[in-house]
Amino acid sequence: MFETLILILDATLRVSTPLILAALAGLFAERSGIVDIGLEGKILGAAFAAAAAAAVFGSAWIGLLFAIIASVALALIHGFACITHRGDHIVSGVAINTIVAGLTVTLGLDWFSQGGQTPALTGDARFTSITFPFADALADVPVIGLIYSELLSGHNILVYLAFAIVPFAVWIIYKTRFGLRLRAVGENPHAVDTAGISVAFIRYRAMIICGILCGLAGAYLSTAHNAGFLKDMSAGKGYIALAALIFGKWRPVPVMFACLLFGFLDAVAVRMQGVQVPGIGEVPVQAIEVLPYVLTVLLLAGFIGKAVAPKAVGRPYVKERG
Amino acid sequence: MNNTTSPYAIELRDISKRFGAVQANKDICLQVPAGTVHGIIGENGAGKSTLMSIIYGFYEADTGDIEVGGELVNIRTSEDAIRFGIGMVHQHFMLVENFTVLENVVLGAEGGAMLKGGLDAARKELKRLEQEYNLDVDVDAVVEDLPVGLQQRVEILKALYRGAKILILDEPTGVLTPQEADHLFRILKSLKEQGVTVMIITHKLREIMASTDNVSVMRQGQMVAHRVTAETDKEELAELMVGKKVRLVVDKEEAQPTNVALSAKNLSWFDEQGVKRLKDVSLELKAGEIVGIAGVSGNGQSELLNALSGITPLSDGEIHFNGEVITAKNKKNASQMRDLKMAHVPEDRHKMGLVTGFEAYEAAILGYHNSEAYNGKILLDRKAMLDECNERMQKWDVRPADPFLKTANFSGGNQQKIVIAREVEQNPDVLLIGQPTRGVDIGAIENIHEEIVKLRDSGKAILLVSVELDEIMALSDRIIVMFDGAVVGEIDAKDADERTLGLMMANALNEEETAGGQA
Repeated sequence: MFETLILILDATLRVSTPLILAALAGLFAERSGIVDIGLEGKILGAAFAAAAAAAVFGSAWIGLLFAIIASVALALIHGFACITHRGDHIVSGVAINTIVAGLTVTLGLDWFSQGGQTPALTGDARFTSITFPFADALADVPVIGLIYSELLSGHNILVYLAFAIVPFAVWIIYKTRFGLRLRAVGENPHAVDTAGISVAFIRYRAMIICGILCGLAGAYLSTAHNAGFLKDMSAGKGYIALAALIFGKWRPVPVMFACLLFGFLDAVAVRMQGVQVPGIGEVPVQAIEVLPYVLTVLLLAGFIGKAVAPKAVGRPYVKERG
Repeated sequence: MNNTTSPYAIELRDISKRFGAVQANKDICLQVPAGTVHGIIGENGAGKSTLMSIIYGFYEADTGDIEVGGELVNIRTSEDAIRFGIGMVHQHFMLVENFTVLENVVLGAEGGAMLKGGLDAARKELKRLEQEYNLDVDVDAVVEDLPVGLQQRVEILKALYRGAKILILDEPTGVLTPQEADHLFRILKSLKEQGVTVMIITHKLREIMASTDNVSVMRQGQMVAHRVTAETDKEELAELMVGKKVRLVVDKEEAQPTNVALSAKNLSWFDEQGVKRLKDVSLELKAGEIVGIAGVSGNGQSELLNALSGITPLSDGEIHFNGEVITAKNKKNASQMRDLKMAHVPEDRHKMGLVTGFEAYEAAILGYHNSEAYNGKILLDRKAMLDECNERMQKWDVRPADPFLKTANFSGGNQQKIVIAREVEQNPDVLLIGQPTRGVDIGAIENIHEEIVKLRDSGKAILLVSVELDEIMALSDRIIVMFDGAVVGEIDAKDADERTLGLMMANALNEEETAGGQA
């Protein structure tokens, strides 16, 4: 039983990683006042860029670099539409998702001729797991051994990075000048403008951070969690990340826990596949997979605390005529 | 602004600014002596705010020069303005509501990439500023928890923290009670004593007389006069503002109230969050009288109008009106109330009174669009609508008298006339009217006031809600004061003065008396 739990938690960490990265990406965007429904598209685009570059250059790190470039470029397109041209954030985001979904497969077919997939990645073209010192030696120690060697050890670097970014994000948002301005611009851009700070510049910087984090999430999917790009491999993670962002009330640590909860549900769903539960029979996987969305709706409906979005989110900033 | 010899803190020469077809400012010249309080007065739309926005770098002037402390400066952004020692307190506060006072003050002047140092330094500096200028504020309070008077102080502190030597206040008393306004004037005085130059933009004569050394009058984008405040009076300034003689009082006979037209008992209303916004309000309206509801905006007046007009259902209480008893169970919606002959001029004409994308003749029948008068067998009777609209435009002097003009393109006063005419011309028994002259210029105000009195004299009951005390006092026969969703007092209009009403509005009448009347 304990071992099963550890295995589920171990899987939780792996499935939560891209959610955490994407949700933090969304956090930076939304805290600055930009709604980013395009997280999904950025993750998918980054996943493709990472797998393609890793396949060509044989290096996961170069793949990661290309993932970030692709994702930041998409984020800047979104920024250009929403910040400079005051477009509708949802329309722009959905457009990005749609374009990327088609473009990745089309380019994949053209470049690699493998039905839209990238070649399977091996060796250095993938991020491989890092085994902690003495993990094997300690594996047999009761309780601690299992936690150390199974749960904590044996993940790839991006997993550890995702969890390290959480406190870093807290520090940025609450302890730095940039963070103060970021929070202010999502609440009341007029206050920021009249304080002599450029609203657009802060929002663009937030979008760049958003792009970098989505790049990490995408690269994780195709070069760490899997070994290559598959059509639509982001599979709604961008949307779940948005749900986690709301569930975590736009604050980094609660957002991380929301991602872990959703990841846990996902891991449980996988475990439950085909398992006969006494008295109930086989639990449909979809019933568990739908839970993140149900929980988020319940939260938004006011049943679990209250979720208050940054006040200016989604609204283009226009200087008032006096 | 080191050692300069100019006696002027700020000097404008020939400033002009055009927005498309609108000449917002034309050849504006202004000299503000250092260390004085200078008023800029003018009607809405006279170009005051545009001029201040130019000084604060929100807009760039098309032509003209600005000198600060005798030096020619080029102010292109708010950042430039701040650098030249200009601070601005906007009409709508530029505060981040869920930030603390301290965070709001340092925003944009953090003094380094890390917050800690800046916050600590600001805390110290604010303590000094608070003492020097009598500006007590709890720096760790969250702004949204503070009353507006204190939020305004935060804005002033923000400017001072940035080293402002010239402080511009745009309509500073719009949201304040008279007591808070008096306190503000005392703050301005101590600012002046410390050598700060203050510029106040307002359309309220009272404030100009109460707080300024000099006053400049703007009309239609131009500067029309400069006066030393001590050598002028309200009447002269009002005349300069409008360009013709105006009466500040409304001519009306003693009211002749007859039977009760509407009575409301213990009206209560809870909002979505379950907060009781309307607390057991009871009132009676008699035919032939105007009852004014005074109160600082946001104290339940809007909720009362909504409840009476049927826009929001009651949570509790009952309304007796034209033979009907309306309760939480026996609901009547706004359209049913209209059928009972209750007319409603909503407070916000853009959101509730008009569809701004509609043409005037369409807007003129909103809410009465099912009336037989405007309907043929199947379709709306366009000709009837147009005839009616033309007739009203003549009668109410709506300009331009073009029934095909989109309502958005009329001026505020003319939009309001369209709305009021629509409601009044249906010959209602009760008229609810909210902020009848908000954003309306003085000429049209007079006109609207006359019509309201005429309606009263024809035996209608009128409930007037307004944040303008002058308006309440000039029009009403009885005045009911609301505070925090409840009626806190009633007073005959003949016995009302600003001070008494102000204290009632702040619900401070009792406290005030025991404290010995220090306001």
